[in-house]
Amino acid sequence: MFFYHFGKYLLFLKNVFTKPENLKVYWKEIVREMNLIGVGSFGIIAVISIFLGAVTCIQTAYQLVSNLIPRDIIGVITRDSVIIEFSPTICLLVLAGRVGGSIASELGTMRVTEQIDALEIMGVNSSGYLVLPKIIASVITIPMLVVISMFLGIFSAYLIGPLTGVISGAEFISGVLRDWNPYIVFVALIKTYIFSFLLSSISAYQGFYTKGGALDVGVSSTKAVVYSSVLILFADYLVAQVLL
Amino acid sequence: MIELKNVSKSFDSNQILKNISATFKPGITNMIIGGSGSGKTTLLKCMIGLHEIDAGEINYDGVDFSKLDFKEKIPIRKEIGMLFQSAALFDSMNVEDNILFPLNMFSDFTKEEKLDRINFCLKRVNLENVNQLKIADLSGGMKKRVGIARAIAMQPKYLFCDEPNSGLDPKTSIIIDNLIREITLEYQITTVINSHDMNSVMEIGDHIIFLHQGQNWWEGSNTELIKSDNQEVNEFVFASKLMKSKYQ
Repeated sequence: MFFYHFGKYLLFLKNVFTKPENLKVYWKEIVREMNLIGVGSFGIIAVISIFLGAVTCIQTAYQLVSNLIPRDIIGVITRDSVIIEFSPTICLLVLAGRVGGSIASELGTMRVTEQIDALEIMGVNSSGYLVLPKIIASVITIPMLVVISMFLGIFSAYLIGPLTGVISGAEFISGVLRDWNPYIVFVALIKTYIFSFLLSSISAYQGFYTKGGALDVGVSSTKAVVYSSVLILFADYLVAQVLL
Repeated sequence: MIELKNVSKSFDSNQILKNISATFKPGITNMIIGGSGSGKTTLLKCMIGLHEIDAGEINYDGVDFSKLDFKEKIPIRKEIGMLFQSAALFDSMNVEDNILFPLNMFSDFTKEEKLDRINFCLKRVNLENVNQLKIADLSGGMKKRVGIARAIAMQPKYLFCDEPNSGLDPKTSIIIDNLIREITLEYQITTVINSHDMNSVMEIGDHIIFLHQGQNWWEGSNTELIKSDNQEVNEFVFASKLMKSKYQ
């Protein structure tokens, strides 16, 4: 069963990445999807990032109650945790629900209402027209959201630290600047690009091959969220193993 | 002209279509009728390439469509218009964008020419000033008409209609039937309609194929249909009291 779906997924991707019939029409769709996926997800990503940064700062401080440990280490740990793990992984898991579910249900509904059949009869490569713009839009906008999430997370930690008295602003800044290695940003972005591709393509695959009616659209959306979340976590492990 | 030669199709071990041969000529309304599960929809989906056939030939003006790969099918598909049972309009777009879609994708028309074509198609199906309406705001009959307008936007040589009257009131059904017939005659299109609406069959069925147990059981015109002595045909045609009182 796994190999059947894996093979079908690869063939699906082959169809998705064939030459578009009309670049202008595809470009319009890419811009529309960038708005839906990127701009539409900004709010939830901002809220999550603010709380992630704040909680990381407070919990790190709680676990480092010792006079032997310099306080600015809270800044170092918050910075590294937010950049390398929380922003790329947690944000993408949330987006698997928001964007992945939406992609699968949109394509699933189009399938059961014969809209995809209508495209195919017109001679349009339906998987290319419907899925390629979603993948491109995801791979462009989600990394942007993750970078914003990194800044927001660290900034919220910077605000919450002095506010709760766990660390002063100067100590936090000193920690954020200490032993700075830009390589972690590179790793985080590699993760984000891989996760974005997995999220959009797996969700599209689940939605595109929906069979049945309204109930099955729900099943496809659930599968899309579950499979993309599990594969994001698996890919997270692989990237960490290979790049760190 | 579309020619079917010994078309067979199975799903797993269940044979749906058995050696179906038929010819659909241009300029007349060809209808495929039959009871539920007789294979009408499967045959239509095979003809438009949504299902691969197991054996036989589907010839579009001499070209065997079933043997072509996806890219080779595109030139023929551009000449096909299809009206789905649910109309299958793109609900993320408004009426104008639905008709514009095939023009944007495949034509070299200028913006003005495209707009003229859209307005011409809408006028042809008796709809005007609905360009900016959302699909969700249309009635069932309007959706079918927009579906026909989209189907004829690229001036197709072949028009397929799957249950064009389903879900419509009798008055709107007659309007849609007459519209399909007028368009078929006017543009000399090869039209194939899949239906089990006997009113529609008697109204516009120039050439009828009756499917039974996946086979081409009977073939003829609507006047021959009511005079047929075939038992299965009679059971299907005169199933309703209205048809009995009107034609028997």
